[in-house]
Amino acid sequence: MAHFEVVRPGALTTVQDLGRWGWQSSGVQVAGPMDAYSHRLANRLAGNVEATAALEVTLTGPVLRAHGAMTCAIAGAAFVVEVEGREVEASAGFELPDGATLRLGVRRAGARTTLAVRGGFDVPATFGSRATCVVGRMGPFGGRAVKAGDALAVADRPRVTLPAGRPLVLPPGGARVRVMMGPDEWRFDGAAVRRLLEARFVVSPQSDRMGYRLDGEPLPATRRADMLSSPTPMGTIQVTPSGQPILLMADRPTTGGYPRIATVITADLPFAGQLAPGEWIEFAACTRAEALEALRMQEAALAGDAC
Amino acid sequence: MRIAAAGDGALIVELSGSIDPEANRRALALKQRLEARWPGLRDVVVAYGALAIYFDPLACDVHRLEDELRALGDDPPPPAMAPAPRLVDVPVRYGGADGPDLSGIARRAGLPESEVIALHAGVVYRVHALGFVAGFAYMASVDARIAFPRRETPRPRVPAGSVAIAAGQTGIYPIATPGGWHLIGRTDVRPWDSLRSTPSMFEVGDAVRFHPVEGG
Repeated sequence: MAHFEVVRPGALTTVQDLGRWGWQSSGVQVAGPMDAYSHRLANRLAGNVEATAALEVTLTGPVLRAHGAMTCAIAGAAFVVEVEGREVEASAGFELPDGATLRLGVRRAGARTTLAVRGGFDVPATFGSRATCVVGRMGPFGGRAVKAGDALAVADRPRVTLPAGRPLVLPPGGARVRVMMGPDEWRFDGAAVRRLLEARFVVSPQSDRMGYRLDGEPLPATRRADMLSSPTPMGTIQVTPSGQPILLMADRPTTGGYPRIATVITADLPFAGQLAPGEWIEFAACTRAEALEALRMQEAALAGDAC
Repeated sequence: MRIAAAGDGALIVELSGSIDPEANRRALALKQRLEARWPGLRDVVVAYGALAIYFDPLACDVHRLEDELRALGDDPPPPAMAPAPRLVDVPVRYGGADGPDLSGIARRAGLPESEVIALHAGVVYRVHALGFVAGFAYMASVDARIAFPRRETPRPRVPAGSVAIAAGQTGIYPIATPGGWHLIGRTDVRPWDSLRSTPSMFEVGDAVRFHPVEGG
């Protein structure tokens, strides 16, 4: 069977699909890609259905050797892609001959890229999903990142033809993302909300797939911090008693005990997912109607529809 | 009932903000009835007196969903929706190396260790939520005499099977993780086993009773 041999794993390379949905009532994290748009786009480019298992590469790229010829595509962070030491134009997909070495080298923008392969990675599903949740130790390889020597089997599936649209345009150095206020906005006073929407925060080094701790001037203390653990979707901004916002990302726990001041909208989550430690983030409030309009436009861009 | 958006893909419905078995029962009944009527939902998660409803933002009519939630929430659940809870029995080795915080809790409470054990094992708890990691059940309510806030500094590693208390609640760590609760004992039951047909030993609404067993 065709497979990739992991020669060098990169900083954090994990198998992801669109997440382990339906098990949060048992405390199981959803996981899935930090940038779902790029995951879906890479699969479309590779000739797969969008949810197919692919590799999420973080900050530094892996070196992989192809055993068997393969069709690949990448989307998300811009890496220099080298096949057998030669840079290739990878934006529309590329072929890997049997025995070729693929290297994701210098990173030019963004933090995470999805490497999809025609057929998808043939790893065992856990509770209906091939997503890796490192903190929950759930998914392929016992829920760990790939390491040197791993063999990543590639399934033999016919090409699925879906139109593939535009990649995300990643602004350099940081991102301004839109939020819908709440669900716990009422626990904060106006000064905290203003601070959240006017300040520029920096993604701290203590950030990972679970969430980003945001450095900056702390938010004023909450009126009602004595809350019980309550569900926490991806994009939730929790505020700790010290006033530090934490933006919850793909590997978030299913519930959390800090008040949730605002939630990043679905259309802007991929931009948040592309931030590296040290980069800035700002928040702008929007309505549900604006969030849905942004999502409709993004879905059209993914499918290559003119708009 | 308070309904609040959590972004464009989820709603949070809060029936009560405190540890309230009746609100937890109503939240569970609301989940069951909602799932029967709205098959396209991504997930419905109950925690204490709240539930989260996850959906596809472009496929779900949120206003209709909110109307339905208000109608279902005002309508008390029929008795058939509230079956007697399942009773789960958990043997615990209290104190010593298995429960390094038992002596400290006893000291703070001004009680002998045996009395702390009797208080912990003397209550039938209700599972109000699962979270933190797969299979971790939040159970309440612990007797007020031994209810203390979490430790000031979490332990970097709590052994799997540790039975712990904090903030009026008790729970069992399914895997070794960092943890800030007070460790009073240890059990051999496995709250999470991915090879079991039902991986989580506990679900919201279960009744749980602990009983002391000898070490070793």
